[in-house]
Amino acid sequence: MSSTIVDNHSLQARLKSNLIGLQTIVIKEVTRLIRIWPQTIVPPVITTTLYFIIFGKVIGSRVGEMSGVTYMEFIVPGLVMMSVINSSYQNVVSSFFSSKFQRNIEEILISPMHNATILIGYITGGVVRALTIGTIVLMVSLFFVDTLAIYSVFITFLVALLTATLFANAGFVNAMLARKFDDIAIIPTFVLTPLTYLGGVFYSITLLPQPWETISRFNPIVYMVSAFRAGIMRDRLDAAAFDTNLGFSFGMILLFIVVLFSTTLWMLKRGIGLRS
Amino acid sequence: MNSDALHPPAQALEIKSLNKTYGDGTVALRGIDLDVKEGEFFGLLGPNGAGKSTTIGIVTSLVKKSGGSVRCFGVDLDQDPARVKRQIGLVPQEFNFNQFEPAEQIVVQQAGYYGIPRALARQRAEIYLRKMGLWEKRTTSARMLSGGMKRRLMIARALVHEPRLLILDEPTAGVDIDLRRATWAFLEEINAEGTTVILTTHYLEEAEMLCRRIAIIDQGQIVEDTDKKTLLGKLNVETFVFDLESPVNKAINLDGYASRLADGSTLEVDVTREHSLNAVFEQLSQKGIKVISMRNKANRLEELFVELVESNTTQTTNK
Repeated sequence: MSSTIVDNHSLQARLKSNLIGLQTIVIKEVTRLIRIWPQTIVPPVITTTLYFIIFGKVIGSRVGEMSGVTYMEFIVPGLVMMSVINSSYQNVVSSFFSSKFQRNIEEILISPMHNATILIGYITGGVVRALTIGTIVLMVSLFFVDTLAIYSVFITFLVALLTATLFANAGFVNAMLARKFDDIAIIPTFVLTPLTYLGGVFYSITLLPQPWETISRFNPIVYMVSAFRAGIMRDRLDAAAFDTNLGFSFGMILLFIVVLFSTTLWMLKRGIGLRS
Repeated sequence: MNSDALHPPAQALEIKSLNKTYGDGTVALRGIDLDVKEGEFFGLLGPNGAGKSTTIGIVTSLVKKSGGSVRCFGVDLDQDPARVKRQIGLVPQEFNFNQFEPAEQIVVQQAGYYGIPRALARQRAEIYLRKMGLWEKRTTSARMLSGGMKRRLMIARALVHEPRLLILDEPTAGVDIDLRRATWAFLEEINAEGTTVILTTHYLEEAEMLCRRIAIIDQGQIVEDTDKKTLLGKLNVETFVFDLESPVNKAINLDGYASRLADGSTLEVDVTREHSLNAVFEQLSQKGIKVISMRNKANRLEELFVELVESNTTQTTNK
């Protein structure tokens, strides 16, 4: 018995083999996303809808305008971004750690796939879930705002894509290092949620007194929320309300992605948390 | 043209001076050397914690080695891990698939990880699930399968990329005798078709039945590595059990043999390499004792295994 692909070791054959491997991981992740939709899709949509009702309708009606738009309109991009960040992170951290826990990660570790293929596969799974939920949340927001004119679909989509990529990668690192289920809850609870809430989802950080405004600028989520909000309503927001420059935001997100992706590849090569 | 065609590798697996010390300081392997020829049915035996699973883990890239080298079909694991991995199929000791995925999905996915296009992966999954008697269960979640079915699923999964070297770590642990024999027959069949097979097992009967070459590992060292015939030739004493036609009331003394009565109609006789069984029968006949059947008390390999491991333990303790 010998494989028809065994004797083909050219660079082209390896690339093709890795592309099939990547496709396999993505299909597996999307199948999982669909199979357990009550866990993966419904909860973030319900939570965000509650935010729209409580913060947007009930409290927002008393807040009035913020940065030139109604408070409800102001929080829509922030809440979409919050869903994107949480969903991308949660998808990868729970899927990869479950694979590690059940030891079916060994199926992948013994295969000839390149580490980058494995990482990109899981990140893609996280991005698919994040963009799916982000789109649903954006559609839900239409029930709460009169119109939702998007200033630039390209900027909006690109910010969501890059942010989902970054946090899916972060979830992968968390899963690699986690030894028990508690370990995959610590970062989302004690790091991700506070950073998101303080990242300009519900307010513009320009409203904060010093030194809190300066401190907030060290929060990477500020740049993502701000860029996403600019993508949706740059033409309607007060110029003074922009927390960051759009180009600078993209630069920061890309820098975080490059650093985190490279670090993760190094960790995979060393087998940290995966190989004894 | 690939280099393998020009220089066909003689060895399926070459392990040289392989060392492994875990992070907590546990020394699992102490410089083992092991060669497995292409087409062999090779048994790696050893007590719990001897280093079998660590060796397999290193060969399959699940465990990082501390020193030494591993070559598979002439390719160095450090130089080209992807090429080595492509040639190996692994059936691990413990169930390590996603319990919530259906059997067919598990096998098709594994093929995909090895770069096999989806259409071909589905065809291969059908072939191997049918061979393993699991095709009817293809849509059943893995967790709903019986223990034996799960073992067979792991074999189908390991074969779907059609590896040249199949490594099975305790493949029949906890499996009933019918299924164990069916698995043996299947492994013999794929070995006959050209796949090199490495087997670790606790069932020494299994190793004696299947393996043509056997290595015994103990405390991270290879204490024996030879063909089965030579290995069994090293067995100094075998104990045979004679079922007697009529019960006897007193001890039976046989010249040159240690013997004892297990019960009135069952006699155990230790036969050394220098003595033959004929003399035992002669003496029993002279005493008017009729034998209705005879068997080995224990599996021959089991006796040798215990002998070698005890000897190695004594040597290590005395050092």
